[in-house]
Amino acid sequence: MSATAVAPRLHGLRHRRVTVLLALLACVAVAIVLSVTIGSKSVPLADAWHALTSPTGTENDLVIRSLRLPRTALGVLAGIALGVAGALMQGHTRNPLADPGLLGVTQGAAFAMVASIILLGASSLLAYIWYGLAGALVASVAVFALGMVGGRSGPTPVTLALAGTAVSALLYALTSTIVLLDEQAMDVFRFWQAGSIASRGADVVWQVLPFVLAGLVLALVNAPGLNALSLGEDVARSLGQNIARTRTIGVAAVTLLSGAAVAACGSLAFVGLIVPHLARPLSGNDHRWLLPYSGLVGAGLLLIADVIGRVVAPPGELEVGVVLALLGAPFFVALVRRRKPVRL
Amino acid sequence: MTTLRMSAVSWRVRPRGVTLTVAGLALLVLLMALNMRIGEIELTLPEVLSGTFDADAAAHFVIMELRLPRALTGALVGAALALSGAIIQSIARNPLASPEILGVTTGASVTVVAGLVAAGTAYGTAGGLLATLGIPLLALLGGLAGAAIVYGLAWRRGLDGYRLVLVGIGVAAVFTNVKFWLLTIGDVNDTARAMVWISGSLNGRGWEHVTPTALALAVLVPLTLLGTRSLDALRFGDDTVTGLGIRLNLSRALLILAAVLLAAVAVASAGPVAFVALASPQIALRLVRSGRPPLLSSAVVGAVLTTAADLIARTAFSPIELPVGIVTAVLGAPYLIHLIWRSRK
Repeated sequence: MSATAVAPRLHGLRHRRVTVLLALLACVAVAIVLSVTIGSKSVPLADAWHALTSPTGTENDLVIRSLRLPRTALGVLAGIALGVAGALMQGHTRNPLADPGLLGVTQGAAFAMVASIILLGASSLLAYIWYGLAGALVASVAVFALGMVGGRSGPTPVTLALAGTAVSALLYALTSTIVLLDEQAMDVFRFWQAGSIASRGADVVWQVLPFVLAGLVLALVNAPGLNALSLGEDVARSLGQNIARTRTIGVAAVTLLSGAAVAACGSLAFVGLIVPHLARPLSGNDHRWLLPYSGLVGAGLLLIADVIGRVVAPPGELEVGVVLALLGAPFFVALVRRRKPVRL
Repeated sequence: MTTLRMSAVSWRVRPRGVTLTVAGLALLVLLMALNMRIGEIELTLPEVLSGTFDADAAAHFVIMELRLPRALTGALVGAALALSGAIIQSIARNPLASPEILGVTTGASVTVVAGLVAAGTAYGTAGGLLATLGIPLLALLGGLAGAAIVYGLAWRRGLDGYRLVLVGIGVAAVFTNVKFWLLTIGDVNDTARAMVWISGSLNGRGWEHVTPTALALAVLVPLTLLGTRSLDALRFGDDTVTGLGIRLNLSRALLILAAVLLAAVAVASAGPVAFVALASPQIALRLVRSGRPPLLSSAVVGAVLTTAADLIARTAFSPIELPVGIVTAVLGAPYLIHLIWRSRK
């Protein structure tokens, strides 16, 4: 095929990819509007606009600015982070069932939080989040280190899954011990473990933001190398790829992204797992497109799930983690049933 | 390997398996004796013996009403969980499979937490019938329902071991999130009570827990041992098994049902005690050096593990008692890490 015949087709592909990107952005924008306006107190669109542009301290202004906006912003951040982290993990492990929860991140954060309560007397949400973040980072590095030791050439899906299970179980047992000894720790733990983006406040968003941004930069840097790796390690090596470096950047990105999301929101099951499967049919296997698509799909999914949680069980709310588990499980089961199952 | 033959029935016996079983039972007796002696009131061995057999002895109440039923519940529950794990791992052909994956323990946890939260703080004062019958019954029903859900979702023109494990992981994730959501609704005191239960605890277990577990084991152990032959065949791929002329799905379904019942009864008595079902069959397998987890030896290993863990749980942080499941998890996780180390070779 001559170059002149390929060029228009490539052009058409890029055109389509940009169109999809814009469509996804529009979807996220709609989800943001829904998330800001819908809730136990619904706010008309005009009032929401008023709250954003020229607040005068009305009740609606307060609801929007101090509750809904931080909640929505956190949902967007966590959704992007978990979506991108999931796509990275599935790419690196070449396992379509990989999920950041697998890495021990969730239980690492939980343990650090409750330990900080009884050992260091931590008592504010911000303090919990910092300790949770540290715990998530340490746990996932430990899991990867263990996975590296287990496999001969980097973490294989099997050793990674095993390492994640083992570290998670150990941390969960230690966490349980603490929460059974201390009522305050129990109270923090049970709400955090259910997974929520509500009542976190704007300062939490600002604390988490740098970690997510750093993780996103690393993820985008990682994309071309990951494309080469998906051809197999031998091919990637013959293409001049530094495999160890590509893997390390990937692990760092996954750790920063999922650690930040999990520390701020608790256990959000299935996001990292589902999102890449929704994004891949749109993007194909090119990670330079899959990663941004996954981020946007993740943000949209998380916000919609949160809005569903606000309206299904009035007058109370269902935590977004529970909604995600209920939405994600059928998807996961369908995934497992559809094809010849992937060997873990 | 020796073969015992009684008219039409033949039985293959591994010498290593027999040795392990006997040694394990001896160790179990030793641990039980320690369990009888150590506690808030320290007893000497003669006091333990007289307390067991002499109704008028001073230690009679402590031994017969407090320590013995608790220790027996632990040993029976450990044996039941380990046997259940051995069956499931043989069928799934996967050392990571366990009743937890089959939805039994997670299903039971959700149901019990729902019951505790729904009953609210009233449960603390209600006591009586709800306390002794309500929770075990809820656990039993929840465990069976959880297993039915997983089994139903994993079924697709037959049952694939890996599909079963993966579906189980997915369903377990949902149960876990719902469980923690239920915990956020409840009062913090109910939550603490529920946390003790979902960690797996032997605290305050009496004869009413010993009897059902013992009965279930008495019925199910012989049945599963009869199923050994088809378990051996199930190790091979589905095609081979069908070729061998075994009614594959029927015998597999019956064995899974037995495994589910064993785990459900165990969970009803002591809550979901972590890792016993996962680790015991693998430990027994390595000690006996057989091709698949040996059933009887696994059960003995499970009983020893649970009894030892409860001894630690009762005494390590005395006077505070930990749930036994926390100790088994802290002991079991390094074992999994050890498995990863070994896989390097």
